[in-house]
Amino acid sequence: MRTEISIQNLKSKFLDKVEELSEENIYTCYQCGKCSAGCPSISEMDISPCEIIRLVQLGQEKEVLDSKTIWICASCFTCVTRCPKGVDLAKVMEALRQITLRKNVDYVSPLSIPKEVLSQVPQIALVSCLRKFSA
Amino acid sequence: MKISYFPGCTLKTMAKNFEDSAIASLSFLGIEMVELPRWNCCGTVYSLTSDDLIHQVAPIRNFIRVKEARDTRVVALCSMCYHTLKRANKLVKEDKEKLDKLNNLMYREDVKYNGEVEVLHLLEILKNEVGFNQVSKKVKMPLKGLKVAPYYGCLLLRPPEVGFDDPESPTILKDFLESVGAEAIDYPYETECCGSYNTVVNVNLVVERAYDILSFAISQKAEAIVLSCPLCGFNLDNRQKEIKEKFPDFKSVPVFYFTQLLALSLGLDEKVCRFELNFIDPRPLLKSKHLIGGV
Ligand code: SF4
Ligand code: SF4
Ligand code: SF4
Ligand code: SF4
Repeated sequence: MRTEISIQNLKSKFLDKVEELSEENIYTCYQCGKCSAGCPSISEMDISPCEIIRLVQLGQEKEVLDSKTIWICASCFTCVTRCPKGVDLAKVMEALRQITLRKNVDYVSPLSIPKEVLSQVPQIALVSCLRKFSA
Repeated sequence: MKISYFPGCTLKTMAKNFEDSAIASLSFLGIEMVELPRWNCCGTVYSLTSDDLIHQVAPIRNFIRVKEARDTRVVALCSMCYHTLKRANKLVKEDKEKLDKLNNLMYREDVKYNGEVEVLHLLEILKNEVGFNQVSKKVKMPLKGLKVAPYYGCLLLRPPEVGFDDPESPTILKDFLESVGAEAIDYPYETECCGSYNTVVNVNLVVERAYDILSFAISQKAEAIVLSCPLCGFNLDNRQKEIKEKFPDFKSVPVFYFTQLLALSLGLDEKVCRFELNFIDPRPLLKSKHLIGGV
């Protein structure tokens, strides 16, 4: 895919919003790739965790928000524990999910979960799933 | 000694085997776990966005309950509850402004929370207050010959601010296993995420993850897994049904809560372990090791 980088992107409100919600300085990341190397969910992702943060640095809002990655990330905190620059990528991922959810867009609508699943999984799974995936 | 206990909802339902075995074992070790009156769900996940105070109300309200119970400490068993309570507590202890705002949001509480409560996990109590040495001394039936792989998952020890052990190479479950006479198996996936709540909407992701974790442990001769979280438990135990469908050669392996092994080794009535609630029945394995009755 072609990515257009412009001054407008770099000065976008999107970047400010991510920094405000995550309380992380996005530019701290120096792209070492350690987060991606250890991410247990990377095989399911379309964009790797370190690419996500790079794209945020470049203000690529659409590409990041349309990615599967931000929903696959399960906040396991492996990257947070290992980042040599102390970037809390789990907070960045949460900020990205929240930017979508706060527009009242569900990733998983509670009504879409089949009855058999509801009666099968533990409460703890349902509550956390809806906390992470529904608006 | 008495300590306030926060069960969380899953220990009251699917993970009754976790709760019952914990309460009985701790009582045997001289600690009475007193369930917090009117506890409420902590929300299961700690809110990671800076402005999302409303989701901190639930965990913090539980600390008001602890104060009302005239206690200063609360113990959790479920890794997710522990993680959420511990981080919410840390947040308000370090940020007075957020604490004030949160107190303001509690319209129906008479007591204010000022950060007086300490959150503990049951493993910490066993290690630091009872002491694994003392546990060994009280063991009546060492779990000799039982090879168990510890599984920490993510939320018990990560990020480092919540943990009470090395987040990359923890030993607390290994030390626990050795104190009850079992053999701890070393394998590289003990802190690898199982896929968590994806189990609701993306079973395949969890199945692949759980398969990798379990089959590696089995390849290192583990006969069972031990853990401390009902969601890890569901993913590694109950999802073995789906694992078997996808990988027909997979040989199932029992999954225990650490408190079930504790109760067993202390010689408590097997009923408190509620083995009938484990998805993969661990009783044939325990019988073969002469750790429970019957042949
Ligand atoms: S580990 Fe940290 S510094 Fe390295 S790429 Fe990831 S976020 Fe950036
Ligand atoms: S927190 Fe998310 S991005 Fe980081 S390692 Fe875990 S799944 Fe990957
Ligand atoms: S976190 Fe759960 S187990 Fe913990 S109380 Fe809340 S939903 Fe339940
Ligand atoms: S349920 Fe899976 S995701 Fe969670 S704490 Fe347990 S290991 Fe991590």
